[in-house]
Amino acid sequence: MNINWANVFDVMSLVKCFVVGGIICIIGQILIDKTKLTPARILVLFVTLGAVLGGLGIYKYLVDFAGCGATVPLTGFGYNLAKGAIEGVQEMGLLGAFTGGVKASAGGIASAVLFGYFASLISKPKMKKQ
Amino acid sequence: MEKLGKQTIKFNTPPTILECSSIVGPKEGQGPLSKYFDQCLTDEFWGEKTWEKAESKIIKETINLAINKSGIATTNIDYCFAGDLLNQCISSSFGIRDLSIPFFGVFGACSTFVEGMSLAAICTEAVASNVLCATSSHFCSAEKQFRFPLELGNQRPPSAQWTVTGSGAAIISKEGTGPYITNITTGKIVDMGISDANNMGAAMAPAFVDTLVTHFLDTGRNPSYYDLILSGDLGYVGKDIAIDIAKNQGYNIKSNYNDCGVLIFDKNAQDTHSGGSGCACCASVFSGYIFKQLQSKKIKKVLLIATGALMNSMSVQQGETIPGIAHAISIEL
Amino acid sequence: MNPIESQETYKQYVDKKSPNSPILKNCFNAFWVGGLICTIGQIIFNICQERQIDETSCGTIVSIILIGISAFLTGLNIFNKIGKFAGAGSLIPITGFANSIVSPAMEYKSEGYVMGVGGKMFTVAGPVLVFGISASIIVGLIYIIFNTQSITLV
Repeated sequence: MNINWANVFDVMSLVKCFVVGGIICIIGQILIDKTKLTPARILVLFVTLGAVLGGLGIYKYLVDFAGCGATVPLTGFGYNLAKGAIEGVQEMGLLGAFTGGVKASAGGIASAVLFGYFASLISKPKMKKQ
Repeated sequence: MEKLGKQTIKFNTPPTILECSSIVGPKEGQGPLSKYFDQCLTDEFWGEKTWEKAESKIIKETINLAINKSGIATTNIDYCFAGDLLNQCISSSFGIRDLSIPFFGVFGACSTFVEGMSLAAICTEAVASNVLCATSSHFCSAEKQFRFPLELGNQRPPSAQWTVTGSGAAIISKEGTGPYITNITTGKIVDMGISDANNMGAAMAPAFVDTLVTHFLDTGRNPSYYDLILSGDLGYVGKDIAIDIAKNQGYNIKSNYNDCGVLIFDKNAQDTHSGGSGCACCASVFSGYIFKQLQSKKIKKVLLIATGALMNSMSVQQGETIPGIAHAISIEL
Repeated sequence: MNPIESQETYKQYVDKKSPNSPILKNCFNAFWVGGLICTIGQIIFNICQERQIDETSCGTIVSIILIGISAFLTGLNIFNKIGKFAGAGSLIPITGFANSIVSPAMEYKSEGYVMGVGGKMFTVAGPVLVFGISASIIVGLIYIIFNTQSITLV
């Protein structure tokens, strides 16, 4: 299959993605440095925020604008869960609210579990040099 | 043995610190004090499968080293006081389970070493002729228990301290020619409402000053009596605060005061942020560096005040503040 | 002022005394590393689209590949160095989620493969799933109740 590399490296879409993704990370960094939130709490905050903004339909505009710049950060994970739940409801009603979210993000969760187990089999933690 | 004031004991026939030994991990071995330690490991596992096992091995070998250096037979050691940071003090109890010495487990968080020496001194004055004290800590096992997995990509705030990997052991004897333990001041718990587990120095500094001031009031001494006043593991942040508060209480300790956590690492080259911490911080710096300075008579009067934060990871999660404690011993030639 | 007069004054005093994080430097590093990770995702996404894969699957493929890379780097003991340098730049993207699952799995290997690796795997990332999934179900339920695009525009 022929790939049009000009489309793959479309500068405008990559720049938008870079900037939006970077800004979301800056927000996280300010939270780390200015508050005493632990990493786990910041991840929870971002995923919940993404789900709420996704449910309200606001996050979709950011995704349309920045592509992976909005979906790769954890807010995108939350958005994906919410979007899946809404699509589930549209397809199969009440049951879809329960199955849709996890179904939409199943790939990420399942791969993280599998890779995590593999990594623990073949590797062991090392002391930080610094 | 007589009591001075509220918290101090003065020994009439002061016990001698007969021998000390110290083993430290690779990072400490690259620090400014490396040449004073008996052994610097190159691998934090030291051939063991887990960090907990490695820590047990470190304290075990440090004790063996101290016994060998002193030339006292194991059977002539009456008691052992030891403790560490791991839950239920497993590294010290596992480390000395094969030694068959009567064993008192002690816990005073990072103040354990001086707490053990205080009890050992009382013990020698009362009944025993030789008592062993030891503590250990390990960066990796402490991170695992108190903070996050090692491989988690998080940033440490600038006030955070680096747990020292290593162990220190001392043998306290009734007979000997010094250095002598002349006084001990047992600290009381001081909690100034700090709940940030990444700022232990600030949590423990008030306890340090409380014990320091009490020691001076009880003994009638003043800071200039000592060649060196040494705190256990306040780090850079805590050291700064301690000097400030002590000055506020009318004691200027700036000229002869230092901290083991500041001494053990090179802050800039080793990126340890606020300096070292952990049971082994005070124990290894005293056993390695300070004891050799005393032996060569470079310094003659030391006030060693080990500080401890009496918390665990659960109490931090429940939002409890961190109670600090500090125990002092004065060591003189 | 006597700093240890009360807990309140001591807290204020400690806040003043404690060093601050180098926030500008941290934000700059977080920005470019985070942006770079997202851009790598976008390139993978674009390649998938060029191969006529539907958009939802493209997103899933991006997630799986980035999670795979992150797990691999964690296993090689490299990810914590990136994390120390980039802070939120590697934490907030899906790579941070993967790292927070892989790192406890490796750490608790010494407690066995069932209760150690299996049991402790979600000690850091578990809350993310609990809150994310719960929020998504609530969003779905609200969508059923109001069933209108004006509240949920998706």
